[in-house]
Amino acid sequence: MRKGIMSMNTFIRTLAALGVGLSLAGAAGAAEFPHEKPVEQNWSFAGPFGHYDKGQLQRGLKIYREVCSSCHSLSRVAFRTLSDLGYDEGQVRALAAEYEVEDGPNDDGDMFTRPATPSDYFPAPFANAQQAAASNNGAVPPDLSLIAKARAVERGFPTFVFDIFTQYAEGGPDYIYSLLTGYEEAPEGVQVPEGTYYNPHFIASNSLAMAQPLTDGQVTYDDGSPETLDQYSRDISAFLMWAAEPHLEARKSTGFVVMVFLVLFAGLMFLTKRKVWKDIAH
Amino acid sequence: MSGGHSTYTPKTGVGRWMDARLPLPRLVYDSFVAYPVPRNLNYAYTFGGILSLMLAVQIVTGIVLAMHYAANTGVAFTSVEQIMRDVNSGWLLRYMHANGASFFFIAVYIHIMRGLYYGSYKAPREMLWILGCVIYLLMMATAFMGYVLPWGQMSFWGATVITGFFTAIPVVGDWIQQLLLGGFAVDNPTLNRFFSLHYLLPFMIAGVVVLHVWALHVTGQTNPTGIEVKQKTDTVAFTPYATIKDALAMVVFLLVFAYFIFYIPNFLGHPDNYTEANALVTPAHIVPEWYFLPFYAILRAITFNIGPIDSKLGGVLAMFGAIAVLFVVPWLDTSKVRSAVYRPWYKLFFWLFVIDSVFLGWLGSRPAEGLYVALAQGATLYYFAFFIIIMPVLGLIETPRRLPNSITEAVLEKNKAGANAAAQTTQG
Repeated sequence: MRKGIMSMNTFIRTLAALGVGLSLAGAAGAAEFPHEKPVEQNWSFAGPFGHYDKGQLQRGLKIYREVCSSCHSLSRVAFRTLSDLGYDEGQVRALAAEYEVEDGPNDDGDMFTRPATPSDYFPAPFANAQQAAASNNGAVPPDLSLIAKARAVERGFPTFVFDIFTQYAEGGPDYIYSLLTGYEEAPEGVQVPEGTYYNPHFIASNSLAMAQPLTDGQVTYDDGSPETLDQYSRDISAFLMWAAEPHLEARKSTGFVVMVFLVLFAGLMFLTKRKVWKDIAH
Repeated sequence: MSGGHSTYTPKTGVGRWMDARLPLPRLVYDSFVAYPVPRNLNYAYTFGGILSLMLAVQIVTGIVLAMHYAANTGVAFTSVEQIMRDVNSGWLLRYMHANGASFFFIAVYIHIMRGLYYGSYKAPREMLWILGCVIYLLMMATAFMGYVLPWGQMSFWGATVITGFFTAIPVVGDWIQQLLLGGFAVDNPTLNRFFSLHYLLPFMIAGVVVLHVWALHVTGQTNPTGIEVKQKTDTVAFTPYATIKDALAMVVFLLVFAYFIFYIPNFLGHPDNYTEANALVTPAHIVPEWYFLPFYAILRAITFNIGPIDSKLGGVLAMFGAIAVLFVVPWLDTSKVRSAVYRPWYKLFFWLFVIDSVFLGWLGSRPAEGLYVALAQGATLYYFAFFIIIMPVLGLIETPRRLPNSITEAVLEKNKAGANAAAQTTQG
């Protein structure tokens, strides 16, 4: 009986979700979002030889820690992976220790908190989705671990065909950069719902529940980089790309070796094929 | 295997011992070394070999991925992320497998189109063609269930939409849907059975591939002229001639495959699938993977009731009909000439069909509203008209071009024409 009730609940929940989804889809069909296409940036990690700029990733991490992390989790990123950003083992250990994580149960059966170690993951700012929603006007701030791959504005025909040849794969960071720098006053006649902020770059609607998070001079950089909204937005976008795709450099450098091998192999195959078929009309 | 006399002679004592007990080396020799193939096969005929390679790639990467994947709604998404982040070369395996599915379909679509162009389905190759259609159907089922496994938003909602099709079937529809889902909605039982079946079906595909190759070796291959092999000079030995040509094509295909894996691995995927499945949040546009888009467009093109059939059932029937019609192609085509090379009108309608299919694919990615619906209806009409009207009627009324007497003659004629053209260019 209990089982029956549970599956019935799931069923009703899905039906409700479907209904909401259909009405949302209907509404979304009326106007195309975002109003403005993302502004394409030059990323160090773009192209066949792309690599992350470690200084930029460190600045991005600083922005995540000082600004984003008050609402957004980064749950799939472990402290140990921060060595990719150019930190040595001691620095990673020290950085992790600045966070408290829950552990246990101990021998008395109690949960306790302890300083994080490199094998731990970034702790979330809220205990659960409900608490996050309650503190954020009902909207759950999404986890940022994969956000750079989970958001991309559709490119449309024929651009998506050209993207194959230009290797355009930076739709995520371009979108994040454009969103963070795209806040503006709502134009005349556009009604923005209470508690949301107008942004023509937002992918799903006119406005979003997140207020403009970054402004000029908000975060102090110690490497002399400009402390501007533009620079901050670029740095956090690059950092989030790394968080979503930490093995990008290995992928591209392996790819180069594979491509060179396959081109040479194909050349040898072609010559062999030509020799074998030389005297056969076909 | 093709009924021809086996020319295998074991050279060593061990070979003779084996041949008298289990003549497996003889089977391999007769099928892949001495087996005669038409000498005029072009590169369109290399996709069978490429498909075997892709099946092997998918099975090998899939088996290793399954060692790290957990089919449980609580951890499935996380386990895939751990493969991407923590498993040695896990990102490579997973990108190979995900893009491998797409490249498997690219290859199978070229393979099917080649069959339609050169009339490969015509007697006596009906069984060969039907077995190919069965493989294609199994591939679609495997790919669909595989896409659900990462448990992203598109996995979940794609599964919800596609299993929902079955509820359109009268009387048994709801029962079939519940059997597929293991409940009333996509949930843990669904994920578990999809994983189980996703692991099973590729081996069924491998089994049908064996039958497909068997049937091929009984009738022999077709060729661009569509004329059957008549004399020894029409053919060359599989090895080295076809082997080296297939190998070259495979390496070039792998080159394109590698380009996608290493440089644009998410180009063919959907960003929403990097968000974990959530039954309470519906994506704005639910779209299937690109290789299903033409059928998705056909499904949504039926927006009207046809007599007692409502639009929902009509759409589902049209979608399944679009695949089912492939099975009867050998009997729809009434032409006595096999190859489109000698059928000027069929050639035209064939290329229109290719353009129509690609266009349907694009329409499948658009929202079903306004002009898109009307365009999809027109494209769907041509899709079915190509099979049901053009194929039978054209075969009766079209005047084919003169056929050469044999493959050898066709090859020599082509080479002479080529030599003449070259000579003229030199003179001019």
